[in-house]
Amino acid sequence: MLHIVNKSPFERNALESCLRLAADGSAVLLIEDGVVAAASNTRFGGMLADGMKRDLKFFVLSHDAAARGLAPERLAPGVETVDYGGFVDLVTSHDTVQSWL
Amino acid sequence: MPLQIDGKTYETDEEGYLANLGDWTPELATAMATADGAELEDNHWEVINFLREYYEEYQIAPAVRVLTKAIGKKLGKDKGNSKYLYELFPYGPAKQACKYAGLPKPTGCV
Amino acid sequence: MDEAGNGGGNGVTKKFMYMNRKAPYGTVYALESLEVVLIAAAFEQDISVVFADDGVYQLMKGQDTEGIGMKNFSPAYAALGDYDINKIYIERESLEERGLSLDDLQALTWEDEDDDWKEKSSLHLVGRDELAALIAEQDIVLSF
Repeated sequence: MLHIVNKSPFERNALESCLRLAADGSAVLLIEDGVVAAASNTRFGGMLADGMKRDLKFFVLSHDAAARGLAPERLAPGVETVDYGGFVDLVTSHDTVQSWL
Repeated sequence: MPLQIDGKTYETDEEGYLANLGDWTPELATAMATADGAELEDNHWEVINFLREYYEEYQIAPAVRVLTKAIGKKLGKDKGNSKYLYELFPYGPAKQACKYAGLPKPTGCV
Repeated sequence: MDEAGNGGGNGVTKKFMYMNRKAPYGTVYALESLEVVLIAAAFEQDISVVFADDGVYQLMKGQDTEGIGMKNFSPAYAALGDYDINKIYIERESLEERGLSLDDLQALTWEDEDDDWKEKSSLHLVGRDELAALIAEQDIVLSF
């Protein structure tokens, strides 16, 4: 399953709920204000790292990160960037998509 | 209310402000002024060019007060007052000059 | 509006604070706040602008919005000095929580007319307690 989170984890608990409830091996795509969760050196880095330990794969929409001044080198290790084409690929390669609004 | 000049059509909003900043040319400014019954001289161009540079840097059209102060600093005190600017642009320096400069209407300008 | 703008109003000056707590682009709050601040500047009030929580992202350097098809309005913050808005407060804890420092934010300056137009920084890094005290002394706090 692909999980999509578009809220900042500093502001809402959507990411936390997502990570609590996503099955091992799921993909998690961060978009819009959700991209700030992928910034390095925040308390969410550990949360992402824990997720990776149980095979969650993290993606961030590069355009949304760039808009907020988060260049690729500012993103936490292990997080993969995708463009809109990659977004579409993620959606089509997963049977179900869950958006955490 | 599209603007037609030399056989080309340019999108504008309902008040005649250019829809696409990138469409702007000096000829377009002259044509807009002519339509208002005004003629653009060097003094007008100083202000129009200043506005374009300001927008290029800050992505906003300055308020009249800000424009006046900045013009005074750049072009001299004798030009940095609203009397001078209103004589050049009787419909209001921010409104009229911004229009000729191809900028959107200044924020907060009614 | 003009009377107030020319300082010809009744001379009552109030302390207005604009509190920005949202990242830009995901919601319209940041842009709305910026527009309101630019308009409010005409009324010659005692204005301060705060960036706290995710609001600090509004001032990030190097914002590139080409890919999301929205206007990058971050250059406009640099014009605040021209609008005589030079009390811009950044909450230190909010920056630190996000792994950021003042160097990650764009420099905002103003020119001090009374000091030979010397360029001075408008950005003030304040701690949580200091910010709480600033909020407490306001007449009006507008939240975005």
